[in-house]
Amino acid sequence: MKYDLVIIGGGPAGLSAANAAWEDGCRSICIVERDRELGGILNQCIHNGFGLHYFKEELTGPEYAGRFIEMLRTTGVDVRLDAMVLEITEEKNVHIVSSAGGYEILEADAVVLAMGCRERTRGAIAIPGTRPAGVFTAGTAQRYLNMEGYMVGRRVVILGSGDIGLIMARRMTLEGAKVLACVEVMPYSGGLTRNIVQCLNDFDIPLYLSHTITDIQGKDRVERVVVAEVGPDRRPIPGTEMTFDCDTVLLSVGLIPENELSRSAGIQIDARTNGPVVYENMETSLPGVFACGNVLHVHDLVDFVTAEAARAGKSAAAYAAGKKLDAAQVLDIHNGNLVGYTVPQHVHMDAPFNAVDVFFRVRAVCGESRIVVTDEAGAQIASFRRERMAPGEMENIKLPRVLLEKAQGAVTVSIEEGAK
Amino acid sequence: MYDVTIIGCGVVGASLAYTLSQYDLKVLVLERENDIAMGTTKANSAIVHAGYDPEPGTLIAELNVRGSAMMEDLCRSLDVKYKRIGSFVLAFDEESRRHLDKLYDNGVKNGVPDMRILTGDEARAMDPNLSQEACAALYAPSAAIIDPWGLCIAQAEVAVRNGVTVKLRSQVTGLETRGDGLLLHTTSGDYETRYAVNCAGGWGHEICALTGESEWEAKPSRGEYYLLDKSSGDLVKHVIFQCPTAAGKGVLVAPTVHGNLIVGPSADPAESPYSRETTLAGLDAVAAASRKSVNGIDLRQSIRNFAGVRAITSDPDFIIRPAKACARLLHVAGIKSPGLSAAPAIAEYARDRLADMGVALHKKAEWDGARTQVRFKELSQAEKAELIARNPRYGRVICRCETITEGEIVAAIHSPIPPCSIDGVKRRAGAGMGRCQGGFCGPRVLDILTRELGQSPLDILQDGDGTTLLIGETKGGAKA
Amino acid sequence: MTNIICITCPKGCHLSVDEQNGYAVTGNACPRGAEYGKNELLHPVRVVTSTVRIEGALLPRLPVKTDRPLPKEKMFDCMALLDGITAQSPVSVGQVLAANILGTDVNIVAAKTM
Repeated sequence: MKYDLVIIGGGPAGLSAANAAWEDGCRSICIVERDRELGGILNQCIHNGFGLHYFKEELTGPEYAGRFIEMLRTTGVDVRLDAMVLEITEEKNVHIVSSAGGYEILEADAVVLAMGCRERTRGAIAIPGTRPAGVFTAGTAQRYLNMEGYMVGRRVVILGSGDIGLIMARRMTLEGAKVLACVEVMPYSGGLTRNIVQCLNDFDIPLYLSHTITDIQGKDRVERVVVAEVGPDRRPIPGTEMTFDCDTVLLSVGLIPENELSRSAGIQIDARTNGPVVYENMETSLPGVFACGNVLHVHDLVDFVTAEAARAGKSAAAYAAGKKLDAAQVLDIHNGNLVGYTVPQHVHMDAPFNAVDVFFRVRAVCGESRIVVTDEAGAQIASFRRERMAPGEMENIKLPRVLLEKAQGAVTVSIEEGAK
Repeated sequence: MYDVTIIGCGVVGASLAYTLSQYDLKVLVLERENDIAMGTTKANSAIVHAGYDPEPGTLIAELNVRGSAMMEDLCRSLDVKYKRIGSFVLAFDEESRRHLDKLYDNGVKNGVPDMRILTGDEARAMDPNLSQEACAALYAPSAAIIDPWGLCIAQAEVAVRNGVTVKLRSQVTGLETRGDGLLLHTTSGDYETRYAVNCAGGWGHEICALTGESEWEAKPSRGEYYLLDKSSGDLVKHVIFQCPTAAGKGVLVAPTVHGNLIVGPSADPAESPYSRETTLAGLDAVAAASRKSVNGIDLRQSIRNFAGVRAITSDPDFIIRPAKACARLLHVAGIKSPGLSAAPAIAEYARDRLADMGVALHKKAEWDGARTQVRFKELSQAEKAELIARNPRYGRVICRCETITEGEIVAAIHSPIPPCSIDGVKRRAGAGMGRCQGGFCGPRVLDILTRELGQSPLDILQDGDGTTLLIGETKGGAKA
Repeated sequence: MTNIICITCPKGCHLSVDEQNGYAVTGNACPRGAEYGKNELLHPVRVVTSTVRIEGALLPRLPVKTDRPLPKEKMFDCMALLDGITAQSPVSVGQVLAANILGTDVNIVAAKTM
């Protein structure tokens, strides 16, 4: 089976990419989705707060996904549900299996990677203690609670203050559980401030910053956890231990882009984002393969995923239509002081853009400061003022073509703290 | 009345059940947990040792080398994952260099084939990530890596298919001599048997105590491990040991048959076979020791940590002999490392001791020892297509990290010793073993278990009894 | 003067609300913040999102929400009310499942077509 464009993943990124590619005239598109329905993780994110940027109104996850699914219905995009991609080859052959279709090879001119991310687990952060039932990643608990209709516990301690953890604190509380504490190893929360207010403060759930779980106890089911303060090295400080009697631990300790397929296709991965290295048009190191959404870098807001995926979809449509860019004229974007990474990492200077949107996260909470873009000669080519930045929130700057054309060599995005 | 009752179904009990299933005997296996392979068998280094460690002349030495020689054919006939990749013991200074000579001599006396002592550079040429600090290495090509719980389950399944009965949730609580046999009291009822075998692993001393006599002291020892993601699975090509110390064989670094990298174990006194907790200190010790052997171990690639408890006793050797106070009970106890390596040989040795005790051994006219397992991801494209066409459930991938299909999970649920838990499915089919540790497939495996077993999702366990996963329905539903 | 954090959008503005001066709000980046700041001190409200049982659908729960914010103190009463609702598939997004709940003008609506 041949397609102009195969999109891997039918979550918010895949949906937006498909709609955008269709809008740009691509008429042979297939979305491959491993679940039984489209929408991806949004189906379990039943809280509101989605869509303020894109739709200028506040929607729940399923509503947000539903709008894009409705849009997709008006197109002729093929959708393969309950289908798993086993492999993407360098020739852009996508090998899929499904009960309905058996083993199929989709030959694509262009591919959009939109596989999303997975949660870090207990094993990844090596929490000591026994191995009882009752330790869940927040997302797994969210699926049980919101989609399957099951409670995973009665007395809960949450490790990590990422948004899913905070949202789950409120959900579990509303469903009758007692959330005893939210514990965060860093000195600041990993989630949005509004979620601290409406998910923890509203229900008097204490947030322990610079703390971690040092021991999980219980033979069969979690019986208690020990929480201790950590020093600047993030190691527990003896003597600061507190014990919580609980039956459940939810982990909200980070998300990792899901790039096994990208790696197997030989696509270059950025160790900072754990996602593919991309150009301004979302193209990866393998020409004709584009990436967007959480498979590329972990986003805070789905609205940004939608916008990024639309760029990827449009670029993929252009590629499939024969408009290929030259990788010879490339400007590199580097991350400097307090900037964890940038997406994109490269810019095709022969591409027809007016400005490049550069996304990044800061490495620490910054007060009033400036985002500064400099070139290799040390010249400042752009500067942006910010009142406050935090690692939990993605930052975004727009670099117009005229400024990038002035740059001598690669440009670096860094933070200068302090007023002015 | 059973002829032989095996108490405990770890890899030793299962090996014995497999061996005895070849004879005209009525055999019963009693297991205290809700599944087999639940003790040390599921938490160890997953290594088949070559056999140069044990003191020459001991039962351990004899059975280790013999078991190691039997393992490859056994695993092939049972379709158990096994790879003979060889091992290095590294020396870092003159003293440990001399220790290699001692191990080499032991190995020669024990009958370990083809060993060589290499220089550090020779070893690094074969395994480039070995530390520059290593000045010499003992190379033993016969060492191997194996799926330990797979070996246990496969042997027990073949035993069941050939007439052996396995009773789960049957902890032996009493043992009485009755005429020409024994009466075993268990948590699932009483069983009459002519002979019994104590294969209770770390609980062996408790079974022994039921005879009214204590024959050894249990000294369980806890070992903690890191298991790293497949992206680290090819960091080393061999099993990498350091020179052993009094505490054990030291920290090893090795690939696993599932493609991961295993790093461990520590060695600390444990209270009981259930003391399977990991600790900050234990994991730190493992991390530090492993870095001495191998460059580039990235513990951020960790996907799981776990601890296993070694069935160490006051007797340095394996304890395979009739109980002092009960002539119809055979102890197969104190099976610490290299118990997994020795298991097939232990089973044959125990069979012969049973014969000595009066068990009549007549080979069955018909015995089917072959076993195969469908592993979707290992099939060719054409085989995959054919399998899905035959059974569409093989087209539904449930565990995305390990590419395990619904067909494989359903097959595991209806295997000869059906699992009742998500981890039981994991041990048989491999779903949930990957980097997301069941975060994605757990709810889906639970769904399939619920459907296939006709149970409520609330009754599906994570692992052993009591490991309840879901506590009730939302919206005023059951139990909430 | 009371300092609160606006939850109207993910920006999370730090608001100062002056009770002595007609609940005048400063620190807000948009008019919604001014409204939020005043409401939060006078009569705080929240949108409740949860699920109800559904029969005949792919999954056993239907996501629902209040179509406008509910007085904060009525959140748990609202949750109790949801226990008694069972939807029948097909349900369309936005469909009212319970109208004017708890003596308010707030409705429970489906958040997904199932």
